Amino acid sequence: MEDIGNLMHGFAVALTWKNLLFMFVGILLGVLIGVLPGLGGANGVAILLPLTFTMPPTSAIIMLSCIYWGALFGGAITSILFNIPGEPWSVATTFDGYPMAQKGRAGEALTAAFTSSFVGAFFAIVLITFLAPLVAKFALKFGPPEYFAIQLLTFCSFVGMGREPPVKTIAAMMIGFALAAVGIDTVTGTLRMTYGMPALLQGFDFLVAVIGLFGLGEIFLTMEEGLSFKGKSGRIDPKIVWKTWKELPRYWATSLRACLVGCWMGITPGGATPASFMSYGMARRFAKNRDKFGEGEIEGVVAPETAAHAAGTSALLPMLTLGIPGSPTAAVLLGGLLIWGLQPGPLLFVEKKDFVWGLIASMYLGNIVGLIVVLTTVPWWAAILRIPFAIIAPVIVVICAIGAYTVHNNMFDVVMMVVFGVIGYVFKKLKYPLAPFVLALVLGDMAETSFRQSMLLSGGNMGIFWSNPLVGSIVTLALVILCWPLVGKLRSRGGGGGTPAPKEA
Amino acid sequence: MAEKNEATSGFIQTRWMEVAVGVLIALLGALVVVDSHRVGAAWAEDGPQSGYFPNGIGWILVACGAWVVFQQVRRWRANAGNVFVTYADFKPVLAMLLPTIGYIVLIGLIGIYVASAIFIAGFMLFQGKYKWFPTLCVSVGVPLVIFVLFEIWFLVPLPKGPVEHMLGF
Repeated sequence: MEDIGNLMHGFAVALTWKNLLFMFVGILLGVLIGVLPGLGGANGVAILLPLTFTMPPTSAIIMLSCIYWGALFGGAITSILFNIPGEPWSVATTFDGYPMAQKGRAGEALTAAFTSSFVGAFFAIVLITFLAPLVAKFALKFGPPEYFAIQLLTFCSFVGMGREPPVKTIAAMMIGFALAAVGIDTVTGTLRMTYGMPALLQGFDFLVAVIGLFGLGEIFLTMEEGLSFKGKSGRIDPKIVWKTWKELPRYWATSLRACLVGCWMGITPGGATPASFMSYGMARRFAKNRDKFGEGEIEGVVAPETAAHAAGTSALLPMLTLGIPGSPTAAVLLGGLLIWGLQPGPLLFVEKKDFVWGLIASMYLGNIVGLIVVLTTVPWWAAILRIPFAIIAPVIVVICAIGAYTVHNNMFDVVMMVVFGVIGYVFKKLKYPLAPFVLALVLGDMAETSFRQSMLLSGGNMGIFWSNPLVGSIVTLALVILCWPLVGKLRSRGGGGGTPAPKEA
Repeated sequence: MAEKNEATSGFIQTRWMEVAVGVLIALLGALVVVDSHRVGAAWAEDGPQSGYFPNGIGWILVACGAWVVFQQVRRWRANAGNVFVTYADFKPVLAMLLPTIGYIVLIGLIGIYVASAIFIAGFMLFQGKYKWFPTLCVSVGVPLVIFVLFEIWFLVPLPKGPVEHMLGF
């Protein structure tokens, strides 16, 4: 009950005219970012982060998180109307969304996508509201070994649940850790891996990496594919919305499954993208009209969208309570919190109640505002996508360069952004996952510190990671997940036959 | 255009890229290991030294790189046909990458606003084949909007050059 009171207080914090305005601006910017190629949730928030330094932290995080919700909504628009996933998590939405648009049912598909996004996000927010304080209270007792165990679990779930080859996931992750270690060692003050270059003293900033990897890398890929945007028109009138809404409750079971899958994948950082594929696969398996999937089945839009939003939203739960982000965008938001002098983690719930509950309340409001905004402004966004790529591409490069520069007012970062852009392009093509790379870069110092502190406590004995049931079971779970791909391989070799991977768009 | 010919004769093979990236990863790992040993990767009186954690990371990187290379070499023949990118498809990528590099150099020389205007204008003229009027509108308009947004509204200074100094900023 205390939580309800806190939440009400949070609404009081979030519901000022100024914050509502920031919310609105955030959603609009977010949808724009989600619609444009090369700009996504993670790098969009990273680029806009420096603009919020002068704002009060609560307003700033409300705006930034709303950009995130907007980007989540925006991804669906391009998937359905243009068959181009604006975001990786909306790839699965194209499977049935685009065929629906081709048949002239774009309005229904969009309404279904937005509504189920909303449902997924709402489910995740309710979960955060009630679970986050408990997790935070529980985590207050955590010591370094427990923190390291959770971080280990985070990284092992990338290996175990990712769709990329495990060795490449590990490699990407370790590159992130290696880059995070460059610069001054936070514990002893020793210079590491600078090889005499003064520019490396500061180390690599993950914001720059995010802008390069996801921004420029995406632009290069788009150039290669030579996309010309030929989309279906997307007009939504209230009658279609109403008709679709009446139809949607029929898919409550799919929806509920998608919510659960999404929340699970969001909290254990599988991420929104695998969640959407998994949910789509499950919906197809359980559906009676299985063969209709892929030809324009509304259920095939509901399932991935719900899961992607549930995952994207619930990724904030570990970020707020433990300081461990569940997705690259959550990592960028975490970076923002640190810059404003707020240390995410269990203490945040004790010390900065206003901030935490204001943020949680703004999630409810932001998603409601978001749903209304996207439903009413779809044709406008579709029009933006008709602007030729020869104009959009250089403008996005300019925006990325400004974003990279403003992180530290440093030209070296802009150069690094281009390097990361090339890395992003090559990695995407060779199926090295980018999310673990970014998260390792963010969490590198934290993971190293908690590892070293644990080693100090135990005098170098690894046994400390099994010293009590809690830490022992987390570490064991992490190792099991890490080895999961091996188990799958052995089983398929034994003739069991794995499940077919979802087709790539 | 002899596109068919290009697709069969002119492409970068995936196996070479895989091997190159694998080798680079292993080299990066080696760099990390070497430096970790320089700062000390052992156990000192007061606990683990600075290189203790990175040393482990470095070795895992070396192993991953080696494994990636090994997997490619093991199926070297079978992987021959895998296309990383055809030269025809790679041209537009270079048409983006090279101007971007030029743009970054220009920012350092003459500031971000003029460089952006030149970059956008060049891209629209040569890639988009636009006429000069729309080109001028976009290439001047975008930096202007950015200027108002950053320098005036949010008070975030961006790199400026002689042109801005001449105008008194």
